[in-house]
Amino acid sequence: MAKFSLPANSKVTEGERYTAPSGAKDIKVFKVYRWDPDSGRNPRLDAYEVDMGSCGPMVLDALIKIKNEVDSTLTFRRSCREGICGSCAMNIDGQNTLACTKAVEDVKGEVRVYPLPSMPVVKDLVPDLTHFYAQYASIKPWIRTQTPAPPDRERLQSKEDRAELDGLYECILCACCSTSCPSYWWNPDRYLGPAVLLQAYRWIADSRDEATGERLDDLEDPFKLYRCHTIMNCTSVCPKGLNPAKAIAEIKKLMIERR
Amino acid sequence: MQSDNRPLSPHLQIYRLPLTAITSITHRLSGLLLGLGAFGMVYWLVALASGPEAYAAAQAAAGSVIGQIVMILFSLALFYHLANGIRHLFWDAGYGFELETAHRTGQAAIAAAVVLTIIAWVIGYSVGGA
Repeated sequence: MAKFSLPANSKVTEGERYTAPSGAKDIKVFKVYRWDPDSGRNPRLDAYEVDMGSCGPMVLDALIKIKNEVDSTLTFRRSCREGICGSCAMNIDGQNTLACTKAVEDVKGEVRVYPLPSMPVVKDLVPDLTHFYAQYASIKPWIRTQTPAPPDRERLQSKEDRAELDGLYECILCACCSTSCPSYWWNPDRYLGPAVLLQAYRWIADSRDEATGERLDDLEDPFKLYRCHTIMNCTSVCPKGLNPAKAIAEIKKLMIERR
Repeated sequence: MQSDNRPLSPHLQIYRLPLTAITSITHRLSGLLLGLGAFGMVYWLVALASGPEAYAAAQAAAGSVIGQIVMILFSLALFYHLANGIRHLFWDAGYGFELETAHRTGQAAIAAAVVLTIIAWVIGYSVGGA
């Protein structure tokens, strides 16, 4: 069910303010969501003044600078810093994206940084993605076949069949899209969400996969698939430029076609 | 690790909804308004069947300033739901999912709703009078 307000323990309070060192010229204010599991207190929004003259261009650069120079307790996931691992997915300036590919100068005024929306928070900007991964596993994201593989070579695919996977295989499972989706906010337990449905379609669309019927059977459910109402927040935020909304529509079309 | 006290991260409170999300929630709201407006239509039909006095009262209510505002809003909801419904038909057929296209069709649905409402009421007032 739709719950428009946050639970009492999740309401965000005013936090502390860390001023920039004197002499800083190009100051940008970062308001960052903080929650310490050991404090027993509600989440808060700390304000950090960052001197952009001595900081890299991306939001992740600023977060790393804050962690290095101001507050080492600030916690977030990051790895590749080039938009391929999906670790630093978070809500920046009101929309989900990767901190490593989001330029600070593209944000007007204060830069507000929150964890991915409507997720249980482990600490600060780190959400618990256990359920998201379990949903991913539930669609059996691997090739399933009945026929034996050719003895002398791999299962081959024409260039046209391979092209069907373009726009699907590039997904890095950062969860930006799923956690941007109001339907996923209201029904995270039963709706699979855009990321997992795009992955489901990736295997449905694969010419080598022989379990298409079973895959569609598994998705034929009022909640798993049909909670998508084409809000298109998913496509709006995908940092890889993919189109989960279209992938979901393709699954819905296949459901109709096979009747 | 203790995990039962984990807060839920903010969602609707902090999210900057794109136009496609605004048009989506407006589609729902306009659908709800149409459902409520149907009661008004039923009231008018029942009054029509109940005799001249009841019908005169219904006409007076509909012709009042508030009645006219409600009917204009109802027609706006109707035209928006119609225009955005056509957008949904294209989506159901698999077309119009490119971000740029979805953005433009959303703007078109809003514009169409406003224009059709104005046309309907210009015709309505010029033919029937207030």
